Amino acid sequence: MDTKTVKDIAFLARIRVADDQLDSLAGELSAIIGWVEQLAEVYTEGVEPMTSVVEMALPRRDDEVTDGRCREDVLANAPDGTDDFYTVPKVVE
Amino acid sequence: MTSLLTNLSIAEARDGLRTGDFSSVELTRAHLDAIEGAADANAFITVTPEIALERAAASDERRSEGGTASSMDGIPIAVKDLFCTEGVLTTAASHILDGFVPTYESIVSAKLRDAGAVMVGKTNLDEFAMGSSNITSYYGPVRNPWGPKDGKDLVPGGSSGGSAAAVAGRLSLAAIGTDTGGSIRQPASFCGIVGMKPTYGRCSRWGIVAFASSLDQAGPMTRTVRDAAIMLGAMAGHDPKDSTSAPVEVPDFEAALTGDIRGLRVGIPSEYRIDGMAGEIDTLWQKGIQWLEAAGAETVEVSLPHTRYALATYYIVAPAEASSNLARYDGVRFGLRVAGETLDEMYRNTRGEGFGAEVRRRVLIGTYVLSAGYYDAYYLKAQKVRALIARDFHRAFETVDVILTPTAPSDAFAIGEKMDDPITMYLNDVFTVPTNLAGLPGISVPAGLSARGLPLGLQLIGRPFDEETVFRAAGALEEAAGFDARPDSGAGGR
Repeated sequence: MDTKTVKDIAFLARIRVADDQLDSLAGELSAIIGWVEQLAEVYTEGVEPMTSVVEMALPRRDDEVTDGRCREDVLANAPDGTDDFYTVPKVVE
Repeated sequence: MTSLLTNLSIAEARDGLRTGDFSSVELTRAHLDAIEGAADANAFITVTPEIALERAAASDERRSEGGTASSMDGIPIAVKDLFCTEGVLTTAASHILDGFVPTYESIVSAKLRDAGAVMVGKTNLDEFAMGSSNITSYYGPVRNPWGPKDGKDLVPGGSSGGSAAAVAGRLSLAAIGTDTGGSIRQPASFCGIVGMKPTYGRCSRWGIVAFASSLDQAGPMTRTVRDAAIMLGAMAGHDPKDSTSAPVEVPDFEAALTGDIRGLRVGIPSEYRIDGMAGEIDTLWQKGIQWLEAAGAETVEVSLPHTRYALATYYIVAPAEASSNLARYDGVRFGLRVAGETLDEMYRNTRGEGFGAEVRRRVLIGTYVLSAGYYDAYYLKAQKVRALIARDFHRAFETVDVILTPTAPSDAFAIGEKMDDPITMYLNDVFTVPTNLAGLPGISVPAGLSARGLPLGLQLIGRPFDEETVFRAAGALEEAAGFDARPDSGAGGR
């Protein structure tokens, strides 16, 4: 993994990485990816990927409102809340 | 009196409370004093004396009014700071959750609260439960009460290191932990206590800060197997708010501790005899085999051929799920916000500053293995190997009832060791990770001391939703091991 790849991934993950850290991070991540690549030697032809360890169908419930009307609770931890809203930097020009 | 109270097991404290030998307030005060005396162990991120004394007084009142009390009623416990607690700071040991005070309670901690348990505080952990040493906490490392050794402070293991240190250091009678790849069992082994990871789906994950949703599971950390059985009984149960919580009855786990394991078939997986494993670990494992045989069990060699691929599988699956789960930390709705000119810049600044080095590494790995062009080669491949690992266990359990292995490849190491590269640290979980990948219950039981005089655990793994057999075998193992060593620094004081 080169520094450009790290930069691209960091952008996808929305994590700012200082330029002077890109090199060492590329080294660390490459080592981990190189290590997990040992899985390539496992024969997995015809094996179904395991997405859940619980052998049960996804439970369903009636489509009813069971929660809500707790605006204060929802907004209680907003780092920069104004009135009844979350605020973010301007996104519409 | 006070030091006697902090040495009790849950079962003993239950009896003492029932007979009126002491009150929950007295029991709770003794533990709050111990916590205050052991502040530099750094086992707690937040101590909650007001809540504790209020709940203890309420417990005493219930009892005096003749209410039928549960086994956990009035028992002081510590809560890993990964469980959301109503009105109490919840950090996941991360800078990015600065100031986060949930307006709701996790189901597991709510069940314990409703059973009368008394929360004394929130314990330290590796940031977002990512680690095996407690070194990645934003709030600083926890010191293992068994240290220092050779002049160096020891890690308590991780990620539930604060919980393990609190229980071992007599700062609480028990603690809740979570286990994604060994985070209950490995610190239990390092601190000489019992740690149980139940079957995936046994306990609700609702209200637990998510790390890897297909692996995370809450469980009890205690000083005896009986206590773990008692506590799990109060934590477990179906919860409609967690779609992966299993709609199965909660058995009386304590009743499973019959002490009788005659005829039990115990699997010994040869693949767990790994290169570079300390000789004393293997010796202890052989002792465990002999103990169980002497108690009437039959040991059988079993093969789990994909074991050697478990760690690599885990380090694709867990970061992938983490990168998705941690997307919610964006500086908008809770926690830290670092300003930026644009929305994207605010996200990047917040997450760049808010996540520590290990969390950042894992989110980036997860993002990479899920990204277009790499998904099949890494993530899909790992899910397939995971299926093979689970199949290995499934086949083994056709011939055996439980599997016995070491819990960790070493005893507790010094703070600062194994930091050369991330993979060295990851190897700590070599014996515990396969259980999570397969969703099985596993318990670590303190079984002996290393040459350096530090605790070592043995692990028992069971069939899905057969914690009863795991507890029964663990009870016999505990009895035979007769582990009665204690950290020489007493109540975690140094």
